Amino acid sequence: MAGRVAGKVAFITGAARSQGRSHALRLAQEGADIIAVDVCAPIGSIGMYPPATDEDLAETVRQVEALDRRIVATKADVRDSAAMKAAVDDGVAQLGRLDIVLGNAGVFEIQPALELTDEAWREMIDINLTGVWNTCKVALPHLIEGGRGGSIVLTSSTAGLKGTPNTIHYTAAKHGVVGVMRTLANEFAQHSIRVNSVHPTGVDTVMIQNEKTWGLFAPDDPAPSREKAAPVFQATNALPVPWVEPVDISNAILFLVSDEARYITGVTLPVDAGYTVT
Amino acid sequence: MTGLLEGKVAFITGAARGQGRSHAVRMAEEGADVIAVDLCAQIGTVPYGMATPEDLAETVRQVEALDRRIVASTVDVRDSAGLQSALDDGVAQLGGLDVVSANAGVFSTARFEDLTDDQWDDMIGVNLTGVFRTARAAVPHLKANPDGGAMVLTSSTAGVKGIPNAAHYVAAKHGVVGLMKTLANELAPHRIRVNSLHPTTVDTDMIQNPAMYGLFRPDLGTSATREDAEAGFRTTNKLDVPWVESIDISNALVWLCSDLARYVTGVQLPVDAGNLVK
Repeated sequence: MAGRVAGKVAFITGAARSQGRSHALRLAQEGADIIAVDVCAPIGSIGMYPPATDEDLAETVRQVEALDRRIVATKADVRDSAAMKAAVDDGVAQLGRLDIVLGNAGVFEIQPALELTDEAWREMIDINLTGVWNTCKVALPHLIEGGRGGSIVLTSSTAGLKGTPNTIHYTAAKHGVVGVMRTLANEFAQHSIRVNSVHPTGVDTVMIQNEKTWGLFAPDDPAPSREKAAPVFQATNALPVPWVEPVDISNAILFLVSDEARYITGVTLPVDAGYTVT
Repeated sequence: MTGLLEGKVAFITGAARGQGRSHAVRMAEEGADVIAVDLCAQIGTVPYGMATPEDLAETVRQVEALDRRIVASTVDVRDSAGLQSALDDGVAQLGGLDVVSANAGVFSTARFEDLTDDQWDDMIGVNLTGVFRTARAAVPHLKANPDGGAMVLTSSTAGVKGIPNAAHYVAAKHGVVGLMKTLANELAPHRIRVNSLHPTTVDTDMIQNPAMYGLFRPDLGTSATREDAEAGFRTTNKLDVPWVESIDISNALVWLCSDLARYVTGVQLPVDAGNLVK
């Protein structure tokens, strides 16, 4: 059976590991070739989990190629428009077209609002909001030029729909992503380009599986752990699960970018175990 | 390849034609057996011909042609006892219940001050109370299922925003969202997911009728044709289509009911060609 995105090319940011790698693999399983970027480097104000590495991105390449799909991977920072443009232009030149864009790259940090430095605010907005726009900006000309329409999915968060304490920069950026999505959905519908956002609850990746995040969920515990944090995470969701898996976000994205969702645009789609409905 | 709903049993209201038949056939293609109900009779305040027993028989024929089983009954969703008995009978024959599509609905139109009590009562009775009764009849069966289940309530873009000349329809479809959100919370501990679908106009008899055409061409009134009204329908959407097809709603339904959306609950999913984001 032909894959649900057979013959298409997808541009994915933050593709070295976690959700980004899962998206690359899921789309490759369904027949897509991949243009992957990741910064593969530390970010000054993000200290609670380790950054993705060159080896992570190489592993994404290996796993996509093991599925007999092509992948063009570039080390690039979503804050650097010129580097992003070069990466997507090169990928399209090699793979021949562009159909799908996933603005997935993002970082997370926890900080009480009044303790947040100007630098930490700026880095978060630059990566999680401006980086998403940069991704769209360099990709849209290729979608338009292709003349076949296209599908963009921006990764927001439950924090793009609802406020949470200690994440003012993250919450502001993720709300901003919804603004980008809604504007682009309107502005590019004339080219049959659909634009939607996904809103995950906690996803089982290093972004939440780290001591500082566990500590936020279990503030009185001197030795917080994944196991101790799990019931507190679970209490934030309606369904009896502490977090979801990267593949759950990938499956939602796969649906949105496939022809099964050919008339879905401008939609904020939570994959959140009921986090936002409680 | 295994279907997305292999071995599942689906309860679908309004299954004789239109979206409901499409849902039954699409779910059967994905491996589900079907419990189908439809009123198969006219409601006085509805300005287009409603489904017939022959329509329901055709749904049965199409599902059986896919080598799936179907138990079909002529039932009014306003009739709790009839619904319960049809569902219980279906569950007894097919061995359980996994997914529910509360799809049955009608449309009529009138200026607010001209809405009759009968129009209001019929609309609220079918489009809101009928959904309540469908869900209530199904919940004990879903709770008895150790794997949980999924319920999808068909609302409308008119369940998210107002439109003129259909206050009763808008009120009912907004009410469906209230039901969905409450059920998502109340049933999450049982691993029962509940979501709503919000189609823009769908190419079925519900919109393809002179009363509807007249809404978009008040200059022509009920003598307006499909062709006369098409441009008007098109202006309601952001993507360049006048309406979507039943299959588009069915594809979203199948995704929501499948394990691909195992952590999606409490979500209002528009399938609306950008109607709501405009």
